Amino acid sequence: MTAKKELQVSAVENGTVIDHIPANKLFDVINILGIQNSENTVTFGYNLNSGKLGKKAIIKISDKFLCDEEINKLALVAPSAKINIIKDFEVVEKKTVQVPSHVEGIVKCVNPKCITNHQRVRTKFDVVGSSPIVLKCHYCEKLTDQEHIVII
Amino acid sequence: MNKRSLVSITDYSKEDILEVLRIASEFEKNPNRNLLEGKVVASLFFEPSTRTRLSFETAINRMGGRIVGFSDASSSSTTKGESLKDTTKMVDNYCDLIVMRHPLEGAARFASEVASVPVINAGDGANQHPTQTMLDLYSIYKTQGTLENLNIFMVGDLKYGRTVHSLLQAMSYFNPTFHFISPKELEMPDAYKMFLDNLHIPYYEHRELDEVINEADILYMTRVQRERFADPLEYEKVKNVYILKNAMLAGTKPNMRILHPLPRVNEIDEDVDENEKAYYFQQALNGVYTRQAIIFKALDLKW
Repeated sequence: MTAKKELQVSAVENGTVIDHIPANKLFDVINILGIQNSENTVTFGYNLNSGKLGKKAIIKISDKFLCDEEINKLALVAPSAKINIIKDFEVVEKKTVQVPSHVEGIVKCVNPKCITNHQRVRTKFDVVGSSPIVLKCHYCEKLTDQEHIVII
Repeated sequence: MNKRSLVSITDYSKEDILEVLRIASEFEKNPNRNLLEGKVVASLFFEPSTRTRLSFETAINRMGGRIVGFSDASSSSTTKGESLKDTTKMVDNYCDLIVMRHPLEGAARFASEVASVPVINAGDGANQHPTQTMLDLYSIYKTQGTLENLNIFMVGDLKYGRTVHSLLQAMSYFNPTFHFISPKELEMPDAYKMFLDNLHIPYYEHRELDEVINEADILYMTRVQRERFADPLEYEKVKNVYILKNAMLAGTKPNMRILHPLPRVNEIDEDVDENEKAYYFQQALNGVYTRQAIIFKALDLKW
């Protein structure tokens, strides 16, 4: 007999499910994707048990299909995230996070003397390392590594 | 960014570097050329740097250009809270070229994106100072007759010294061998060593300033700056470790020359000044020709 696992967050009919988010990164993911300003129905689970991650988080967004660019922003905070595109309660597409080559307007530069930390200048980075992620500031040319990534 | 700006030394290719050196040698033959007649250059120094500013202003004056600007931020509208973007946009309307010194890192890159005229970075915090690098390269080229296959020794503060980092990047086109002499606390950062590893450029690290310099073609001295140390005790420990004295030059190669970005404090003893291998004062003069050449290229001037 196949025991159907009970869902900890109720299913969406159409939309996007972002699964396998490390629990402590949930609010960064919400922030990066601008979900707090979304008009769509959003449900999320926090501190769910996960074999892989210990505690994980999950986000389900109804009637919204994330594009690759949005998904790739997640590489900065939740590279382990798995994205499922849902139509009529079925998974029609699975996507994984790819590290982008450029990052704009999301991350704060680690250098306190960088112009972007003093004036209204949109941050821009080249991604110079992908595992772990290393960002090179387009302006001050300093490197921001994964553990110092702060989302604006 | 408008493509004629010079913000970072990495904006120049090997060919750009060689072109600027050729133009600089023309200016050295005759520095007084009215190539900037009718042109206005904005010299925006948001922090004082008398040496760099005078060098630029001499270069511009010898080319017959006019200068507008300020020599420190207190005499600009920055004190009223104007943003760098607004100051740059305003000045951009008035002039043909902007020379900018700013305490914040990345300021010149940002200005080059806001301005329609070329921007030449005259130093942005501890980040880049590409005209210094170009004058260093010109000095090496002039004294050695080539930039290829040289033994470059860098001494002193290799951790925070932006001049050594930029020089290292620029020299990487020319098949150099590097020697780094510094205390552990001030050694060349890993990022630059990895940069050299990737290009298979050999480098050697030393803790002592001794006979190892007998192999040098160029001895690039730097100042150990007190303000780089959070702990004043650490500064006291290392400040007197690398002092070059005339007697130490006895076994060095005849073509060897000593460079220093200046100002020096005590890292080169004054008894070295009379030695023909001391080149740091001519090096400063080379800055005028090099800046003339950089302006020439930025404005796409013709002879």
